[in-house]
Amino acid sequence: MAEVVVDKVSRSFGSHKALDEMSIAFPDKGFYGLLGPSGSGKTTLLRMIAGFDFPDAGRIAIGGEGVERVPVEKRRIGMVFQNYALFPNMSVAENVAFGLSVRGETRGAIEVEVKRALDLVQLGHLGERRPHQLSGGQRQRVALARAIVTKPRVLLLDEPLSALDKALRVDMQIELKRIQREIGITTIFVTHDQEEALTMSDRIGILRDGRLVQEGPPEEIYDRPESEFAATFLGDANILRGVATGNGIRLPDGTVVVANQGTKPAVGTSASCAVRPERISIGEADNATLGEENRLKGRVSKRIFGGNSSTYFVEHRGDIIKVHVQNNGGTSLAEGQDVILRWSPESAVLIGM
Amino acid sequence: MMFTTRLLEALGRVWIGLLLSFLYLPICIMALMSFNASPFYQLPFEWTTGWYADLSRNGRLLAATWNSLQIAVFTTAIATVLGTAASIALFRYEFRGKRLLQALLFPPIAIPWLITGTAMLIFFFGVGIGRGLHAILLGHVALALPYVIVVVSARLQTFAPELEEAARSLGASQWQVTTRVTLPWIMPGVIAGGLFAFAVSFDQFVVSYFLSTPGEATLPVEIYAAIRKGFTPEINAVSTIIIGISMGLMLVTARFFKFGGEK
Ligand SMILES: Nc1ncnc2c1ncn2[C@@H]1O[C@H](COP(=O)(O)OP(=O)(O)OP(=O)(O)O)[C@@H](O)[C@H]1O
Ligand SMILES: [Mg+2]
Repeated sequence: MAEVVVDKVSRSFGSHKALDEMSIAFPDKGFYGLLGPSGSGKTTLLRMIAGFDFPDAGRIAIGGEGVERVPVEKRRIGMVFQNYALFPNMSVAENVAFGLSVRGETRGAIEVEVKRALDLVQLGHLGERRPHQLSGGQRQRVALARAIVTKPRVLLLDEPLSALDKALRVDMQIELKRIQREIGITTIFVTHDQEEALTMSDRIGILRDGRLVQEGPPEEIYDRPESEFAATFLGDANILRGVATGNGIRLPDGTVVVANQGTKPAVGTSASCAVRPERISIGEADNATLGEENRLKGRVSKRIFGGNSSTYFVEHRGDIIKVHVQNNGGTSLAEGQDVILRWSPESAVLIGM
Repeated sequence: MMFTTRLLEALGRVWIGLLLSFLYLPICIMALMSFNASPFYQLPFEWTTGWYADLSRNGRLLAATWNSLQIAVFTTAIATVLGTAASIALFRYEFRGKRLLQALLFPPIAIPWLITGTAMLIFFFGVGIGRGLHAILLGHVALALPYVIVVVSARLQTFAPELEEAARSLGASQWQVTTRVTLPWIMPGVIAGGLFAFAVSFDQFVVSYFLSTPGEATLPVEIYAAIRKGFTPEINAVSTIIIGISMGLMLVTARFFKFGGEK
């Protein structure tokens, strides 16, 4: 078990910088979610930490030990691949035993460890099966058991759940988190799925074009995104653009939006304000509850019913503002209706340009 | 509609039947004649195993058969090991000139053996290797290598490189990765490649003819020499035996190819 430190790591493919002076500290025993659009360098970073690829510049340390020159097989890492990568010529038990057997452990010790690992992923009864006789979720569990049975210092997962259907994915998320807590292993988890990143991670890092855009605990990034990119990439956000007034921004129509979150940009510079759709109240009349001092007039241009909630698309001077409303039995608003939107300064985040 | 489909199906069967008889009829007749008493293929058919008895007393043919088998076995072993290693290297590593090297593997399969044989003869003389069984073995290995590499590489195309990465991440050395993960997967291809190598060597006439010395020949060369002196049904007998072996090998190959995609 160990902390992983990536320090100013760069890697180029031809003229393309896949990683550009990337620095991240992955805390010991933590569950770190790496999130970013396609091509942002997530896999490249993970492969560097694993040792499948080497940085052009920069340092990587696992548990305080520099590993830039250590080959994969000596790094003591565990890796779970998107397509499971189970050995087709071996049974489930042999797959899990592989890492112990190449280390020359005794038969008896291997048997005990394999059983323990398979029990941990609740597959103790399937040891004799071949990988192709398993379901996707079971294969993923075998891959996980195989990766952790050697007691690696770090567990690396590259979109391990993306091949599973939604329901199974949620099961596996819970399962993976339970196992990670139980053995207390430093885990780095790459995902495309922001919801997955939010629910599973202790910390999230958002990558873009080979750079770290923002990192921190999920709530912190969600509540206080530092850029429009972070705001819209992690969760849904309305971005209002205007001129900084000190504690808010002035929209082009003169309306002032007050925001208590985020860092204050210099007065007079262009700035934006991010508001989550579920933080906005919508109503026909201006019956403001206390504190909701930001308000905006608009007209409902569309309503999308989504089961437990509805999304209203409200037009305000050419901009569309999204509002999520819980379907709790109240009357719904019709398309074309004039409405007033309200939200508190606590729910608005200032973002400088 | 139904009718035309059936008609086409029937035509197809007839076509395949014709094709197979065209291929196998001469062989069957030869095999039959090796059991016929008349040395001039006269009918009625009179059963005998006399030609096989004669064959067993023909020292030259037997020695040549032994040479052929030895060379084929050694060629198979050497070409399979070298070819498999080369295929894995080509699969695993990126290096300058790799494409060119891969492209250069194909022409030798298409170049007429007559030309390859001449070239080898000249080259072997030039560098002092000369002629003889060792030269034949060397030539056969060179001929067989491209077949092995092509067949094994085709099998490697179905191998997921993540498997090697997974094995390495679990602490396996290169050697352990190769023997415990890669080889088991490509084994059908390796066996098929080995059979190809065996066939290329065992059936080889042209190159062997160029590289053999009068005392030391392979079976096809010896058969050719015997036919020139006068045809005897002993040749039918030895040919029948060889066809039996070759067909057996090819059937095994076909089997491995058929099940090549099996998981
Ligand atoms: N071996 C390589 N050769 C050339 N370019 C590469 C190589 N590996 C990655 N790249 C490039 O580096 C960039 C980052 O790739 P990477 O695979 O790390 O992205 P990613 O964040 O994992 O994306 P995805 O979410 O699609 O998996 C991409 O532009 C990609 O094209
Ligand atoms: Mg990726």
